[in-house]
Amino acid sequence: MVGQSDGRTVGRIIAAAVFLSVGPTVRPSDAQDTTAGKIVYQKWCAGCHGDNGAGDGVGAKHMIPPPRDFTGAIYQIRTTASGQIPTDADLMRSIDEGLHGTAMPGWKTRLSDRERRDVLAYIKSFSSFFADTTQHPEVLQFGKEPSGGTSKEALQVGRQFYDSIGCRKCHGDQGRGDGPSAPTLKDDAGHPIFAADLHENWRFNGGPTTTDIYERLRTGLDGTPMPSFSDLLDQKFLTETELWRVAEYVHSLSPSEPPVVRDVIHAPLVTHALPRSPDDSAWNAVDTYWFPLVGQVIHKSRWFAPAVTGVWVKAVHTADSIALRVVWDDRSQSPDPDWLAHVGRVLAAVQSDDSTPEQPALWPDQLAVQFPVAIPTGMERPYFLMGSATGPVYQWRWVSSSRDAAVAGLARGIERFDPLPQSGVAAQAAYDHGEWRVVFTRALASPDTASQLPFRSGRAIPVAFFAWDGSNGEHGTRMAVSTWYFLALDEPVPARVFISPVLAMVLTLGLGLVVVWRAQQKTSYRRQQ
Amino acid sequence: MKVRILSVVGGLFLLTVCSKGEKGNAAAAPAAPAAPTAAPTSDVSSAGGTITGKVKFTGTAPRLATIDMSEEAACKAKYPTPPKEETVVAGPGNALADVFVYVSAGLPAGATYPTPATPVVIDQNGCRYHPHVLGLMVGQKLEIKNSDPLLHNIKAVAKKNRPFNVSQPTAGMTRDVTFTAPEVMVHLECNVHGWMHSFAGVRPDPFFAVSGPDGSFTIKDLPPGTYTIEAWHEKFGTQTATVTIAGTESKTANITFAAK
Repeated sequence: MVGQSDGRTVGRIIAAAVFLSVGPTVRPSDAQDTTAGKIVYQKWCAGCHGDNGAGDGVGAKHMIPPPRDFTGAIYQIRTTASGQIPTDADLMRSIDEGLHGTAMPGWKTRLSDRERRDVLAYIKSFSSFFADTTQHPEVLQFGKEPSGGTSKEALQVGRQFYDSIGCRKCHGDQGRGDGPSAPTLKDDAGHPIFAADLHENWRFNGGPTTTDIYERLRTGLDGTPMPSFSDLLDQKFLTETELWRVAEYVHSLSPSEPPVVRDVIHAPLVTHALPRSPDDSAWNAVDTYWFPLVGQVIHKSRWFAPAVTGVWVKAVHTADSIALRVVWDDRSQSPDPDWLAHVGRVLAAVQSDDSTPEQPALWPDQLAVQFPVAIPTGMERPYFLMGSATGPVYQWRWVSSSRDAAVAGLARGIERFDPLPQSGVAAQAAYDHGEWRVVFTRALASPDTASQLPFRSGRAIPVAFFAWDGSNGEHGTRMAVSTWYFLALDEPVPARVFISPVLAMVLTLGLGLVVVWRAQQKTSYRRQQ
Repeated sequence: MKVRILSVVGGLFLLTVCSKGEKGNAAAAPAAPAAPTAAPTSDVSSAGGTITGKVKFTGTAPRLATIDMSEEAACKAKYPTPPKEETVVAGPGNALADVFVYVSAGLPAGATYPTPATPVVIDQNGCRYHPHVLGLMVGQKLEIKNSDPLLHNIKAVAKKNRPFNVSQPTAGMTRDVTFTAPEVMVHLECNVHGWMHSFAGVRPDPFFAVSGPDGSFTIKDLPPGTYTIEAWHEKFGTQTATVTIAGTESKTANITFAAK
């Protein structure tokens, strides 16, 4: 029997238990807790953004662009006017999705809703601007994209305003970030910064869609040289539709879908002459393959900020020769003295792991295509990073300072390259508005089968790519690398492949008919009896 | 009995939720610092004291790089000879122009001064800012205009004020901006034309000046007192001087920078 006083005691105990267990975890869903946020921040964010939010974490010295410095409350991706602080939704978007084309990943799947809300609150606490009640961030009215944006006429209008409002000054005539002002660009902190390559919208910090681009035109990317173009609308120099046309034109420069890696380059057999020039019209009919490149971070001196982020590759072969065309975006035709100051800024911004920091110099652009010395019989391939002392790889190397030539040789590790005599590899290159196009050609057969790979059809030939942008301070081990992919020399499918099944079908049908006819003959014979 | 226990539990539960909620909100939006109590507007009498002086430098003026305006024919055409950078604008006898001179200490604490209604104008003309160095008060309008038929962007790099970056792609565009906090200096730059820089001294009081081509400056209407004046130069850094003003007298404070 439980008395009344005992009942009260039980009640208190239960209440206390509920208080202790539920209390600390139940909160309104939109509450933010900077104390909890700090724990999340220190675990996941401080490595790059620094303990005090100044963008100076241990990882910061390896990055271009560097991590955000939260102390100034200057944010690129906003829906507010230039100069205003961002909204919470703006910050949450960057936390959730990350910033494409930078080291900032998306955290939506890595952290819980609450963790992201809490860390957002903590990040805001680094700057007094968020606590300043005179700051009133207002979301701009962006309107809706007008119809007809992908028509030829609309894109022409977009192109016209792309020129007239000066986009080309930084982003270049063809949009590859190679405009006349591009080499001088710095962010607020004086770090080197590239004008975006508008042909790679999957790397746009603020997202790839036409709406994303329009919003960035309206808000600008604060902290960077990219200004807001809203005043053009407010002062009636441009209509909203015209500014949308600029966004649509910019969007049209990139592929409709981000490139997808297909592992095997198919080189069809062609009966016409081998296309030795990068602009031979024969290349138009050939399929393109894209391969991502990343910084070489295995071997000293490491390189975390490569400028070449991918190569587009096509290949064909004739009965006796092969042609391989590699195309990549590069903002400068190095060595280019206009970019020397930029090289200096890059070297100053990125920590070198050499004992003596390098002096800026005018390095050329380079490309290397790598194969094994012989087509491997099993799954074993040489070390992808330029082989090793005992397991060399066969490479074609092209340097922009002697653009219509290539050298073949054996690489024995990243620091040793031995050119081969009579290599027989030729190259032709073209530079056009921020794009290198280089064609390598060689005979399929090789006079020196011990070190120069003979190309054969019917076998997957491992291939890898390396690129250097001299105007980004890249040379030696400071380069962009790919892993192994494959090249396949396709043979035309023999006629028998098509004829045999037809023959088999005809034969089967004939035999079937004979069997049926015989069976019918027997049946009618029995009936007659 | 059971009802009572549940209500107690429920009540405590609600209390917990509420108190946590408030705590959370407080953390999200920390209380704004109390607005400074408005001190009485001080008498800026036109009969105050004056500080005048000349700014000079010792040593050799650095050689100024010629600006390559070949990308901008419309700007290039405005100069009979190729223009040079404006990092050190020297006059006869090593006079130094474009030095921002202001009273950095000595004014009565808490005094406020009326904000001038007339805006300060900065013009982008010939791919240069005019003026190269300027001063204005907190809350005073800065009118930024473009007289060039081409794209300029105006990026303000500031720490105490909100930085911004706006574009003026055509002649005839204007934009008014104001600054909310004193800051020496707010840096204005154009990223399209990397040589274009301007510096704005933002002050809470009207006691500032920019040295002219002969290096001279005048700060007027100062109430009696002992002042520290600070001189800021883009390349040579800062110098300070102390001046005591009694009544309506005019005092001289010459400033000398060392060229570096």
